[in-house]
Amino acid sequence: MSMQASVPAPGRRIGEGRRFLSAPALIYLILVTQIPFAMTIWFAFTNWNLLRPASAGFIGWDSMFRNFARILQNPDFYTVLFNTLYLTIAVAVLTFAFGMAFALLLDRPFPGRAIARTLLISPFLMMPVASSVVWKNLLLEPSFGLSAWVFRSLGLTSVYLVQEAPMLSIIGIVSWQWTPFVMLILLAGLQSLPDDVVEAAQLDGAGPIAQFRYVTLPHLRRFIEIAMLLEVIFILNIFGHIFVVTSGGPGIQTTNLPYQIFLEAFSRWNIGRASTYGIFAIILANLVIIAFLQVLRRKREEETA
Amino acid sequence: MTRHDWKHASWTVGTLVIAFLMFFPVLWMVLTSFKSENDAIAFPPKWIFTPTFANWRTAVFGGPVLEFMGNTALITVGSTLLALALGVPAAYAMAFYRSRRSDGSMLWMMSTRMLPPAGVIVPLFVLFRNLNLLDTHLGLVLLFAGMNLPLVVWMVTGFMEDLPFALIEAARLDGANLWQEFTRVLLPLLLPGLAATSLLALIFTWNEFFFAVNLTTRNASPLSVYVSTFKAAQGDLFIAKMSAASTAAVIPVLVAGWIAQRQLVTGLTMGAVK
Repeated sequence: MSMQASVPAPGRRIGEGRRFLSAPALIYLILVTQIPFAMTIWFAFTNWNLLRPASAGFIGWDSMFRNFARILQNPDFYTVLFNTLYLTIAVAVLTFAFGMAFALLLDRPFPGRAIARTLLISPFLMMPVASSVVWKNLLLEPSFGLSAWVFRSLGLTSVYLVQEAPMLSIIGIVSWQWTPFVMLILLAGLQSLPDDVVEAAQLDGAGPIAQFRYVTLPHLRRFIEIAMLLEVIFILNIFGHIFVVTSGGPGIQTTNLPYQIFLEAFSRWNIGRASTYGIFAIILANLVIIAFLQVLRRKREEETA
Repeated sequence: MTRHDWKHASWTVGTLVIAFLMFFPVLWMVLTSFKSENDAIAFPPKWIFTPTFANWRTAVFGGPVLEFMGNTALITVGSTLLALALGVPAAYAMAFYRSRRSDGSMLWMMSTRMLPPAGVIVPLFVLFRNLNLLDTHLGLVLLFAGMNLPLVVWMVTGFMEDLPFALIEAARLDGANLWQEFTRVLLPLLLPGLAATSLLALIFTWNEFFFAVNLTTRNASPLSVYVSTFKAAQGDLFIAKMSAASTAAVIPVLVAGWIAQRQLVTGLTMGAVK
């Protein structure tokens, strides 16, 4: 963002009251986000189950942390937490590797580049539930699906990957969708690398690998940080893919935190327990959000300094 | 051709092949939507077939797809307009009356966009139930406006800061009031930015599923909820129709995203990368 906003131009003190034009937006956001947030915390200290309307009320001081204790004592919770982190980290690593490779491939002039870029971003634009439906019923389907054809062509027996490797299937589908996101941001970073810097490195005799390591990568650092942190924030919330492809199963093998909350709230109607899981989800997300805001604040300050 | 040319050409071909493979699932969906049900489940898969519009006729134009698409369109347009109405004035204040406190509010707004939906779904459900908003368009419009608001404020603030302040000063010297200043000076210059912002809000809202599936049952359900019902096998003779409905569901956003590739980056990162 440009810097002129921070320079007090003559006459810009006009209508000082206009800074309150941000009030409606702020109030709206407080209403829409902070009220539910406060309610989540309150519900976590109740036994409320919608099937037992009388249960809506404070648990009582002596056992106020019962929901938290129950969850922490339940081994399933650690499986769910592990699944959430495993899915997130695996997708982050895969999309980073492929996103970086694709961005580098696109960062050179060649005939058809615009088309290649258009094709490559398409997975990201697909409605997540639609891509899940397509992968599950058209591509990975074991009898007529494309994976069966690939397996048979390679002389192997067809395997239903969704059943044999449910978590890997989810990771694959989500990575397919999110690789373009990382690619787009890293490509923006590569294209903002000044040509003279690259030329100077070449004149100094840097080969392609040294160039990448000592010129490109340091320049990309900010872009990598932003891409990965934002991606992680979204991947922690993955829900539609799991809903469509595996329904969290078999057992709880592909249940992540959002899916667990969904089950707790909308099939067991356990408002208290679901809200407590919600608090764990919020804590997890906040760890990433804090890091992200740090990066942004640094950027905004550097630009206006 | 020299050795260098060959190397260059093979990188180009390799890139195009990779791009095609990444796109292939989308293409396969579109192709399947034009197959007969028998061709759709043929093994080995049929690469060449006689196209038919039967699935589009029955599943899209004759089925419930259009009705759900209407819901999606209503919710998307309504929530985007509301987010713009609230967000553009806020962006004006943030861009032209910037202070330490406004920087803080900007970052706070951004952080609300990152709140995990699953963390607040339970109270939202309870609130919606008590306010009779469950399964209504209004409920989702109000919620998605809140979801898109930080994006609008963040992006439009960036676009406004890029405008020369002298223009606004000149208008003020001519005695323009706030409304005139906005409609006559800012709006014409901001239109491309507002279009890019709206487009992104559209993409996010169109594809949203988590809130939609938990807060609607049928009446106000958007397309994403309808498409998710294909998760259960509907019988082999449904594959082509399912593909047609899925294609119809993703085409608007796919095309919008292709057109606005550049703005996509700005919006996805809320302007953190330009």
